[in-house]
Amino acid sequence: MNGGAAPSDGDPAELLAFYREMLLIRRFEERAGQLYGMGLIGGFCHLYIGQEAVVVGMQASAGPKDALITSYRDHGHMLACGMDPKGVMAELTGRRSGYSKGKGGSMHMFSRDRNFFGGHGIVGAQVPIGTGIAFAQKYRGDGGVTAAYMGDGALNQGQVHEALNLAALWSLPIVFVIENNRYGMGTSVERASALPELHRVAEPFGMPSAQTDGMDVVAVRDAGRIAMEHCRAGDGPYVLEALTYRYRGHSMSDPAKYRSKEEVAEMRAEHDPIQNLRTRLITIGAADEESLKEIDRDIRTVVADAAEFAQNSPEPDPEELLTDVLVEA
Amino acid sequence: MPINILMPALSPTMTEGNLAKWRKNEGDPVSSGDVIAEIETDKATMEVEAVDEGVLGRIVVPEGAEGVAVNSIIGVLLVDGEDPSALGTGPAEVSNGHGAAPAAPAAAAPVAAVREEAPESETVRQTVREALRDAMAEEMRRDETVFLMGEEVAEYQGAYKVSQGLLEEFGPRRVVDTPITEHGFTGLGVGAAFAGLRPIVEFMTFNFAMQAMDQLINSAAKSLYMSGGQISAPMVFRGPNGAAARVAAQHSQNFTSWFAHVPGLKVIAPYSAADAKGLLKSAIRDPNPVVFLENEILYGASFDVPAGVDFTVPIGEARICRAGADVTIAALSIAVGHALEAAELLAGEGVDAEVIDLRTVRPLDTRTLVESVRKTGRLVSVEEGWPFAGIGAELAAVMMEQAFDWLDAPVVRVTAADVPLPYAANLERLALPQVEDVVRAARDVLYKS
Repeated sequence: MNGGAAPSDGDPAELLAFYREMLLIRRFEERAGQLYGMGLIGGFCHLYIGQEAVVVGMQASAGPKDALITSYRDHGHMLACGMDPKGVMAELTGRRSGYSKGKGGSMHMFSRDRNFFGGHGIVGAQVPIGTGIAFAQKYRGDGGVTAAYMGDGALNQGQVHEALNLAALWSLPIVFVIENNRYGMGTSVERASALPELHRVAEPFGMPSAQTDGMDVVAVRDAGRIAMEHCRAGDGPYVLEALTYRYRGHSMSDPAKYRSKEEVAEMRAEHDPIQNLRTRLITIGAADEESLKEIDRDIRTVVADAAEFAQNSPEPDPEELLTDVLVEA
Repeated sequence: MPINILMPALSPTMTEGNLAKWRKNEGDPVSSGDVIAEIETDKATMEVEAVDEGVLGRIVVPEGAEGVAVNSIIGVLLVDGEDPSALGTGPAEVSNGHGAAPAAPAAAAPVAAVREEAPESETVRQTVREALRDAMAEEMRRDETVFLMGEEVAEYQGAYKVSQGLLEEFGPRRVVDTPITEHGFTGLGVGAAFAGLRPIVEFMTFNFAMQAMDQLINSAAKSLYMSGGQISAPMVFRGPNGAAARVAAQHSQNFTSWFAHVPGLKVIAPYSAADAKGLLKSAIRDPNPVVFLENEILYGASFDVPAGVDFTVPIGEARICRAGADVTIAALSIAVGHALEAAELLAGEGVDAEVIDLRTVRPLDTRTLVESVRKTGRLVSVEEGWPFAGIGAELAAVMMEQAFDWLDAPVVRVTAADVPLPYAANLERLALPQVEDVVRAARDVLYKS
C-alpha cells in the first residue's frame, strides 16, 4: 500500500462512529436483500455488503461543501452521506416517501441537501458528471471537493478516461475513487483491464494516485484524507483505488459462479471490515462486548423501522406519472 | 495563354467572400505556392496560394472588394513570358487552366424574402451567426453562471465563427476550449448544470453529439424525473445540425426527430436570425436541458432582428410567417426558406399558401397548426430529416388526432430521401428537399396537376 502513512487508530469515538455507520449499511443491505426476496423491491438491486469501509472511510474527510456521486451500487453511499434510511428504503420499495418519490428506484436516488448527486445506472456515466460538479466548485471557488466513485468495471469505459483527462487538464478538485471489488459483474479485473493495477490509470494524465486496503476503514480514512486535502489545496485531481470485495452477487439475480465459495469465505473470515474493526475496538479498549451489542440493537431498530416505513408508505399517486418531466418555468 | 485566377471556395458552404488583400502587385513574378491574396470568408481570413507560375498580369478585383462570388475571375496570370499586351481590358479569354478544381458548391442559402411581421421596435440587420453570438453574450452579461464550452469556441473564435469575440470579453473561465472529447465534456456539462451552473455546450456539429448521446439522454433528459424533481440540468446543447454542403453522409445528419422523441428535452430549430437570437436567449434562461439545432448554411443569412437586450422569443410557439387560406405548409429550420419560396411560386398559380415556421419542435405548438389546418384543410410538412418517424410523421399523426374532420386531403410530407446523404452534387440535390418538391406537394394536397 502506498496510501501514505501507516494507519493509526486515532480517536476511539471516531472508530465507534465508523463501526456504527458500517454496521448500518450492512444491516440495511441485508434487509434490502430480504425485501427483494419477498418481492417488495423490484428491478435491479446491487448490494454493498463487504465494501462498507470504502465510503465510510472516505466520508471521514468530507465537509458540508463536498459532493459525492456514484454508480448504481449506491445504498451505502447514501447512508454514509447522512440520508435517511427510511427515505432510501422507501425508494427501494417504490413508494411516494422515497427520495425520488418512487420514480427512481435503487439505482437513481439523489439528495440535493446532502450534496449526493446519484445514483447512476449507466456504468461510468457518473464520472464525467462528477467532473462537472468539480468544475462548478472550481468555477465558484467555493472550496468544495467532489468524490466520484466507480467500480473496476467502469474504468474500461471511454467516457471515464475522457473525464480523467479533463479533470487533470483543468486541475479540478475531484477524487476518483475506484472501488476495486475484483469483478465487473462476472468478469475479473485480470480478464478486463490490460493494467490490473487500476490506480495507475492516473499516470498518463499526470495525476497522483494511491492504492489502499478497502477492507480497512482506518486505512481508507488515512488515504482518503491525503487525497481530499490534495484536492482542497487546489492541486488538481487524485485517483484512489480501494481494494475491496463484495460478498453478494453483482445484483440480486447473479449466482456468482465466476468465483469460488472458498474465495468468498476467506474474505469474510479474514478481511471483514466490520468484524475486524469490532476486534480492534475491543483490543484498544474503546468498547466492550456489551456496548457493541447495544449499538447492534440500535442499528437493528433503525433498519427495522426503515423497512416498516418502506412497506407502509403508499405507492406514488398516479398523477405523479406526468410530473417532473420538465421544470415548469 | 494567360490563366484566369478565380475566387476560390474555402469552405463547404462558402458562396462568396471578401478580397481582403492582394499580396502581389501587377507585374510581380509568381511561383507556385506563393501567397497571392488574402480572402476573408464569414468564418476566417485565409491565404490563397498560387498554383501556376508566371507574372501577375492584371488584378481584376481590387482589394477591399466585398461579396466576390466563388469562381469569379479576380486576376490574370501571364505564363511562359507572355507580354501584358496579350491582355485586353477585360478578363483574359482563356480556359481556366488554373485549377482542375470542380465547380464550387452551389450552396446558396435559400433565404426567401421573408414577410416579417411589422416590426414593433427598432431592428438591426444581422446574420444568424451574429444573432447567436449576441444572444450568448447578452445572457453571459446577465447571468454569471452561464458559460460556453466546446471545441474551438475560445481561441479559434468558433469553428463556424459563432463565438467570435466572446473569449475577449468573458475570458477563459467562461469561454472554455475543450479537447475533442464530446462524451466527456457533455457529461461534464451535465454535472456543472446539476451543481447550479448554466452551461452552453457547443457541438462543432451535431453529428459529433452521437458520441455523447448517453449523457444527453440518460443523464440530462432523465435526471429530473428520476430524482423526483430534485436534480435538474438547466443547460443548452447547441451547434449546426443537418446537411451543410457536399460533406456527405457522416457530416450531414439531421437529428431533429431523434431529440424530439425524448421526454425531458426541449428541442428548438430556428430559421431566422431574430428567432435564433430570441429563442437562444430563452433557451439559456430555461431551467431544462434544451437542444438548440442550428443550420450551417443559414449562419451567413441576414434578417432583421429586434434591437435591445430584452428581446426574447418564447419557447413552444410557432410563427405564421405568411398567412394564407388554401394550404398550410409547416416547416422548420432551413426548410422554412424552401416553404416561403414555394409559397411565392404557388401565389403565381393562384394558390394562397400559409407558411408556419415551427421554431420549437418540442414542445410542439399544435394549437397554431390545428387552427391553420381548420382554415385551409390541407397540410404539407417540410423538413430536411428522413421520413421514417420524422417530424412530418408526427405532424400527420397530430392532424389525425386533432384535425381529422377538417382535413380535405391526406397530409403530404416533404423530407430528405431515405438514404445516407450522398457526396456527388447532383445526388445531394436529389436527396434534399427542394422548393419544387414543396410546390408539387402543395399541388398534390390541392388535387391540382
